[in-house]
Amino acid sequence: MDIRYYLFLSLALFVIGIMGVLTRRNAIIVFMCIELMLNAVNLLLVAFSKMHHLAAGAGASTVGSEGQLFVFFIMVVAAAEVSVGLAIIVMLYRNTHSVDVNFLNRLKH
Amino acid sequence: MNTLILSALSGVVMMFSGFLLGSRSAVRTLAHILLLVVIAGTILELRGIEIVHIDTRGMMVFDRFALMFMLVANLCTFAFFALSSKDMERVGSNYSDYFALIFFILSGIVLAASFKSLLILFLGIEIISIPLYILAGSDKLNLKSNEASLKYFLMGAFSTGLMLMGIALVYGASGSFDTTTIHATQAVPALLVAGMMLLLFSMAFKASAAPFHFWTPDVYDGSPTVFTSFMATVVKAAFFIAFMRLFSDAFSGLAPQWKLLVSIMVALTLFIGNLTAVFQQSVKRMLAYSSIAQAGFMLLAIYSLNSDAKEGLLLYAAAYSLATIGIFAVLVKMKDQSFEGFNGFARQHPVVAGALVIFLLSLAGIPLTAGFISKFYMLRATIDGGSLGLAIFAVLMAAVSVYYYFRLIQSMYFKDAGNAVEVPISAGFRATLIVLAALTIVLGLFPQLLTSWLYF
Repeated sequence: MDIRYYLFLSLALFVIGIMGVLTRRNAIIVFMCIELMLNAVNLLLVAFSKMHHLAAGAGASTVGSEGQLFVFFIMVVAAAEVSVGLAIIVMLYRNTHSVDVNFLNRLKH
Repeated sequence: MNTLILSALSGVVMMFSGFLLGSRSAVRTLAHILLLVVIAGTILELRGIEIVHIDTRGMMVFDRFALMFMLVANLCTFAFFALSSKDMERVGSNYSDYFALIFFILSGIVLAASFKSLLILFLGIEIISIPLYILAGSDKLNLKSNEASLKYFLMGAFSTGLMLMGIALVYGASGSFDTTTIHATQAVPALLVAGMMLLLFSMAFKASAAPFHFWTPDVYDGSPTVFTSFMATVVKAAFFIAFMRLFSDAFSGLAPQWKLLVSIMVALTLFIGNLTAVFQQSVKRMLAYSSIAQAGFMLLAIYSLNSDAKEGLLLYAAAYSLATIGIFAVLVKMKDQSFEGFNGFARQHPVVAGALVIFLLSLAGIPLTAGFISKFYMLRATIDGGSLGLAIFAVLMAAVSVYYYFRLIQSMYFKDAGNAVEVPISAGFRATLIVLAALTIVLGLFPQLLTSWLYF
């Protein structure tokens, strides 16, 4: 299949994620949208990895494998980020009984 | 490699020290000793001695520039420990964990300073950022600290998403994560330029360059002051080193595509940072905006990307970090963190006030200080890099910055009846401040002490 389909799909997912981050006010949903962005990247990396692999021909069996390795690193780092991020959101909920991002801005003044 | 291994191990040791060591002063002493070991490891590596040799398969390169920056970062962290580690006790109960997180950040800084593959860049930036989210929120019951932490986390994760998309697009265009291969990519397809733009934006986010700076004042203001001191200095300088390495190694061939954008960014950052700093009433918030303004100057190095810019960025990192760490260390001890809180400070603590004056002069870029000479290097690099106009604008903005730095000097020296400091100032603290102030002057007089190490 043409690489452009994968590119458009993952860009669409990525843009949905960005729109979510910019418009939603619930911290957990914002967080989920960020995860969506990361997963769009994962998809794209795997697609590019396959593309480079096919382009290199049958002889070069390891070409393109680093793209898939990168995906594992993204997953690990995303997991670390989730654990810290959820802890921060729980801490916030304990203090304010809300996970609304706007709530904090109102506190400032 | 020494620095990376030693600082990561020190982090693990500090995590265990929390329950193995009884007293907080023992934890503190251990942290100082471990940091000295890390510094010794860096110096050994500068002399070409590696404790363990690890083949990184070309993913990392420990050149002079990276090693010198690691040394500067570690020394500044040592200054930070010497001045502020006692004040960390007041933030919360997990004293040893704060040190552990700082050591992990230091190991992330090694990755960010020496990457050759975009994978290492990504890992380095994340290893720096994730502990910082925790440090920003370490004052758990304080709502402002919670806000800072959440904001920093959401913005950080968002910009990481942008960065990863950039990396993926660059990978699609060039077929490799290696910066030299990316540089050698002949054709300039839209994918490569789009990826480069996303990487530019995400690095600007991390380094708080305008128009992506909006999170900075809230995060720096809300975080516990001791940790603001660390994240505004060493960490920020590390992001700039990574930024510069990325653009000089991978994207210098694409300069026509990004040069104009970066120059607009520089001008905006200098303008917004300096102009908003003028109107601040709290010293902490003023320093947050001043850090944005100083980031504008550091961005000049990315604009020009020549050898002067490299030396200049290194000097700037040292000068800016030393001065800001010193000011923050005093600020932590103040009861009232507004400008009025400093009224009459010079009469109560003449020595500390004198050191503060030197730091402020260095930040403002007055001759004979390290701040002046590093600004001079940056401006020379910019003029060589082809933009006289940008250099003139930067000088004008530096003149604006004199106003808000001198406002602090004015309230220390020319106003009376200030309220006292919250925490008593010890003789050791005073001595460390004097050493830092002396270093600021020495670096200003002999910048080659630092820069010549880049070549021999």
